[in-house]
Amino acid sequence: MEMFDLTLIWAFIIGFGIMMYVLMDGFDLGLGILYPFAPDEDARDVMMNSVAPVWDGNETWLVLGGAGLLGAFPLVYSVFLPALYIGVFLMLAGLIFRGVAFEFRFKSRRNRRWWNRAFCWGSAVAAFAQGAVVGAYIQGFRVENFAFVGGAFDWLTPFSVVTGLGLMAGYALLGATWLILKSEGHIQEWAYKITPLLLALVLGVFAIISLWTPFVDPAVWERWFGHLQIIWVFPALALLCAFTVYRAVKQRKESVPFIATIGIYVFTYLGLIVSKWPVIVPPDLTIWDAASAPESQLFLLVGVVFVIPIILTYTAWTYWVFRGKVRVGDGYH
Amino acid sequence: MELDPLVLSRIQFAFVVSFHAIFPVFTIGLASYIALLHGLYFKTKNPAWDRLSLFWTKVFAVVFGMGVVSGIVMSFQFGTNWSNFSQAASNFLGPVLSYEVVTAFFLEAAFLGVLLFGRGKVPQGVHLFAAIMVAVGTFISSFWILSANSWMHTPAGVELIDNRFHVVSWMEAIFNPSFPYRFAHMAMASFLTGGFVVAGVSAWFLLRNRDPEANRRALSMCLWLLLFLAPAQAVVGDYHGLNTLEHQPTKVAAMEGNWETSTNVPLLLFAIPDQEAQTNRFALGIPNLASIILTHSADGEVPGISEAALDEQPPVAIVFWAFRVMVGIGLLMIAVAFAGLILRRKGGIYHNPVFLKALTGMIAMPFVAVLAGWVVTESGRSPWLVYGMMTHAEGVTPSLTGAMALFTLIGYVLVYGVVFYAGIYYLTRVVRNGMLPQEERETAGENFQRPMRPMSASHTPFDDDVDPVRS
Repeated sequence: MEMFDLTLIWAFIIGFGIMMYVLMDGFDLGLGILYPFAPDEDARDVMMNSVAPVWDGNETWLVLGGAGLLGAFPLVYSVFLPALYIGVFLMLAGLIFRGVAFEFRFKSRRNRRWWNRAFCWGSAVAAFAQGAVVGAYIQGFRVENFAFVGGAFDWLTPFSVVTGLGLMAGYALLGATWLILKSEGHIQEWAYKITPLLLALVLGVFAIISLWTPFVDPAVWERWFGHLQIIWVFPALALLCAFTVYRAVKQRKESVPFIATIGIYVFTYLGLIVSKWPVIVPPDLTIWDAASAPESQLFLLVGVVFVIPIILTYTAWTYWVFRGKVRVGDGYH
Repeated sequence: MELDPLVLSRIQFAFVVSFHAIFPVFTIGLASYIALLHGLYFKTKNPAWDRLSLFWTKVFAVVFGMGVVSGIVMSFQFGTNWSNFSQAASNFLGPVLSYEVVTAFFLEAAFLGVLLFGRGKVPQGVHLFAAIMVAVGTFISSFWILSANSWMHTPAGVELIDNRFHVVSWMEAIFNPSFPYRFAHMAMASFLTGGFVVAGVSAWFLLRNRDPEANRRALSMCLWLLLFLAPAQAVVGDYHGLNTLEHQPTKVAAMEGNWETSTNVPLLLFAIPDQEAQTNRFALGIPNLASIILTHSADGEVPGISEAALDEQPPVAIVFWAFRVMVGIGLLMIAVAFAGLILRRKGGIYHNPVFLKALTGMIAMPFVAVLAGWVVTESGRSPWLVYGMMTHAEGVTPSLTGAMALFTLIGYVLVYGVVFYAGIYYLTRVVRNGMLPQEERETAGENFQRPMRPMSASHTPFDDDVDPVRS
């Protein structure tokens, strides 16, 4: 197998999986974060109905990512999860409550308030925990002998709190632009109104994180201000996307804001990857240090290469089936 | 009391696995039953089969939804609480668990929606095909999970280099020595669970005279199935035990409560194992029977627990009693199935209220038996995480503290408690509302228009506000 660098292929697959998860679960978590601010119960119905058919397909990328990490980069799995122990628990608890809220809210009249809360808090906590993971990743982990040796709250620092809040704001922006796409009338008006506010919030937090990151991680400092100047193309493109969102909202375009928000995410993500590459367990373990045995990577690759196109096709088909506006009072048939 | 992260992690994993396991163990059997009902309807065009499959698909939807939600946690728990183990075993477990995700997802994504929402919208043959594929999917899923689990009991096809398992033969590792027995035992347990639940619920409906035509068919079918399955499971369990005797003799010794390796070993019916004294108190047994069962010879030699060093012994009392719970319920199942056969003449099974009530009472039993069985096999492995190669203590996350493990344990108990309560409450409403003529069924119209999620397929509101049917 000298012809292929399996580890590199797997880095691409896992990276793609994480990107898919962040984008897809991002907007439905974002709707949960926006939930308490919705103008009325009709709006909440529409918000939930707009993602109900697709959210658990979205979440599959998380499970796939978890299992895939164990198969391809076990070191990442066995360092990140203990290091983020409490955060992982909060995320899972949030996702569980949010997941059952989808089902139970519609079945319940008397207790609807509670399932609304479960949906909102579950989404918010899960989003915050995921953002804090990004912050913890940038900070790096105390690793000795290929095992995490730090404490339970190492991950929770002012920096990771900011990244946590940043991702919440980012998901909320994705949710708002998704709602522009999927709703109409007063609900869409509301989404148009909050999008610029959220955009400003996101840009503000991203600016803080960008200024802060080189101080948290000296390696990033070196890369940003050293010889690799091309890296500045990613924040520039992200800013261009942000401007596009702003302009599209002003022009009352329906699909551009969502697509451009995805652009913000993609370029920020690529920027982060390029800043860290090829380190996967910071501060100093690379993707090759973290890889599983080549025969395991190959064995799993056979199945995954076959299945990912099927999942993508199926996902695209689901979104196609449920295309169009979600109206007040009618769900899907 | 000092908080031990190892003990708490084991309790936590046991809790999460047990909570999760009761859902798939039911859905595996139920999925096949639903496929069978679809097949019967397709062949005979008798609408009774259609009514049954409609009702049981609703139940399936709720249970499946609960199983999915509770399952997310498990793929992360290896990493959070057992990071050394996941690091060491990742070369084998990673691909196997990933294959479970990708193969199960593939079938679930494609066919569950058609099964739950395709009635009347897709051709009958396609609907039947979807039902079969969902049933196949549940088996593929359990295939991978049981392969991974069996490998931890009887590791094969790997070598341990620098604290990491490397796969030398995928065939040997996946089809490891205890896998066929464990898989067969588990698959039959799933059918028994499904069978007893369907029989119990059908009996409950018959007591209330709801759709007697359909429910008589269901009850009769189930009882025939159980009549063959319950004794057959005892035979498979026996073979599984012999396999365990070969690979994990200490576990079998603990199941039998046999401390010293000896011949002419009695089968203990009652005993209080005293691990400190390495002996039993108040032992009451049938002479030679354990030797006969395990070696098929009256004076056969049965290994003793003391063959293993003190710190390599499982918790004997737990294994001993959990085994008796499992076997006791198994015998009860056989007795109920044979009672059905005796009562069967002149339709006695449909009208005998005592028998029908007993069947309803049996609904919870297979779940208890399955959980007891897991306790036997998993506690019996102790202190080994990968049998003979890695202990629990070696596999636990090194940075984990007792406080962290306790916090998440309490957290999971609370989260699952809420979810379980809501789910069971909802499930009982689906059942209570079931098998009534269309006009009497409580149907909040809006639920028909709700999005395509598993539980949405059950069309039953959740609150008590609308409930014309209390029985």
